[in-house]
Amino acid sequence: MTSDPATKAIPKANPKAIIDLQNVQKYYGDYHALRGITTTIRQGEFFSLLGPSGCGKTTLLRTIAGFEEVSSGVLMIDGKNMEGVPANVRPTNMVFQSYAIFPHLTVAQNVGFGLRRDRLSQADLATRVGEALEMVGLKGYGDRAAHALSGGQRQRVALARALILKPKVLLLDEPLSALDKKMREQMQVELRRLQRQVGITFILVTHDQEEALIMSDRIAVMFEGGIAQLASPQQLYRRPVSRKVAEFIGVMNFLPASITGVNGDSADIDVAGLGRVSIPTEQCPGGIKVGAGSVGFRPEAVTILFEGDPSKGRTVNGTIDEVHYFGDMTYYEVDLAEVEKPVTISMRNLVGRKVLERGDKTVIAWEEGSLVGFN
Amino acid sequence: MKWFRTYAIAYLVFLYAPIVLLPVFAFNDAKIIAFPLSGFSTKWFAELATIPALRDALVNSLIIAVSASVIATVLGVFAARASTRYEFPGKTGIMGLVMLPLVLPDIILAISLLALLLVIGIPLSLFTIVLGHVLICTPFSVAILNSAFLSLDRSLEEASIDLGETKASTFRLITLPLVLPGIISSLLISFTISLDEFVVAYFLQTSQPTLPVYIFGQFRYPAKVPVIMALGTLLVLSSILLLAVAEFFRRRGIKRQGGKDTGGFL
Repeated sequence: MTSDPATKAIPKANPKAIIDLQNVQKYYGDYHALRGITTTIRQGEFFSLLGPSGCGKTTLLRTIAGFEEVSSGVLMIDGKNMEGVPANVRPTNMVFQSYAIFPHLTVAQNVGFGLRRDRLSQADLATRVGEALEMVGLKGYGDRAAHALSGGQRQRVALARALILKPKVLLLDEPLSALDKKMREQMQVELRRLQRQVGITFILVTHDQEEALIMSDRIAVMFEGGIAQLASPQQLYRRPVSRKVAEFIGVMNFLPASITGVNGDSADIDVAGLGRVSIPTEQCPGGIKVGAGSVGFRPEAVTILFEGDPSKGRTVNGTIDEVHYFGDMTYYEVDLAEVEKPVTISMRNLVGRKVLERGDKTVIAWEEGSLVGFN
Repeated sequence: MKWFRTYAIAYLVFLYAPIVLLPVFAFNDAKIIAFPLSGFSTKWFAELATIPALRDALVNSLIIAVSASVIATVLGVFAARASTRYEFPGKTGIMGLVMLPLVLPDIILAISLLALLLVIGIPLSLFTIVLGHVLICTPFSVAILNSAFLSLDRSLEEASIDLGETKASTFRLITLPLVLPGIISSLLISFTISLDEFVVAYFLQTSQPTLPVYIFGQFRYPAKVPVIMALGTLLVLSSILLLAVAEFFRRRGIKRQGGKDTGGFL
């Protein structure tokens, strides 16, 4: 082990980490774009940076790519400090939001662009380009002019062009935002499959929470230049650390509550509309202390009891305030006693189950395990 | 509606009648510029080739036009690149100053340039006329190249760097080919402007006149007028040709990048 003070100043990266960020700060003049990002991105994972526009997710991606310098802090890629390392020699490649397909080159010339410096023979180059095109489902498109491609095809060319260099990390800057809904859904599945196939770490920037949930191994939710929560999709959905994260990921109902006591690993909470509950502190991932707060639950985490349904857990009475019918699902807005805002409850439209109407009285079954507590 | 049509026709006649008259008298078999026409002849065109002073003036003009258009376009590339890619203090003001000669009367430019050259003590030559024409052409170059650089998606250059190229090789492999139509267009338009520029060339003239200055001088001799008409006809044709070529390259550039055409000269 070295005792050289120069190398000691930079802590050794986790061996399984491909990217290590330590207190990374980025300023544009007075604007504080990244506020101390410290996190580790693992080898071979599909990692998403999720957040509203202006949260710093694209800045972070561009910092990893080398298009932006970090103002302070340490960025390590594959165990090497990236300070002063320009974008063209970093082991990362990027798929740009606009795809940045070179319009004056053919598809094959685009895909082979990064191999120019390797001075391969014509045959080797053609083989590599052919393999890359086949991988993204564009076999035989090599001779096409780049400007004649559709949006989805441009996206695939951009992917092939980046992956042909076998980067350690593939960076994707909102790659699906320019596609129509159907194409987007198809590419989400394909990108996920492609990532598993090549085993390269993918870092995806997106503002679409659904996209992040579908594709990612882990998601970092970013607000105002910082990471609010880093977790797996399930954890993020079920155990958001704050109301802000919960509201950004899907829909969550919040009931006003007062936390009356925290003893050991459970918290006693008075919840408007539901009454007194006692929930484990692990259901309060953001931490919990005595005082004012709120309790949240997802629309599908509670159940409207229909005639003949067995009652389970605790129940509360409600009145249907509004009905949103989606075919497979119905979203009900339900008024609870003592609660000002109606809560949203989603129910599958099972065979033989009728859709309730406005004004119907109903009974809602819920369990303490479905609740998340916030201060 | 009828009035609009009359207006439009009158407008076009006013614009193009003088130009249409050029070939009419160039092919007229008479020394005097007047109606009625006396007969068809190509002798004035044949006579053109026999005047050495005319050929010298044409060569002078071509030397000046080529030099001025190349220099103006190089300066235009620098200015357009700077104004579209970098932020620097006073950028708006500086770009305004670069574009100012576009609206300054040529005669003001010519007088001040002449005064400046006399003060510094630089003797008048073809080179000083080139300087004057660079001054006139550069704003046009900047305007054309600005639009070429603006329509260039910045992420294209970033993608090239991301794929391992340096800034220099990115400029050569990506930037230059994509703004090339703009560069050609700028060269052609500067060339055309310089070729028929009169005021500056007249004020800074030496023993070697440019073509427009030579033509102006020939108007003193009525017998030469039909020859000048023939020359004018050729100049108009070549100007139209050059502008059409410039526009062709500009449009092709836009199409290549899949952009939308927003204006242009033709």
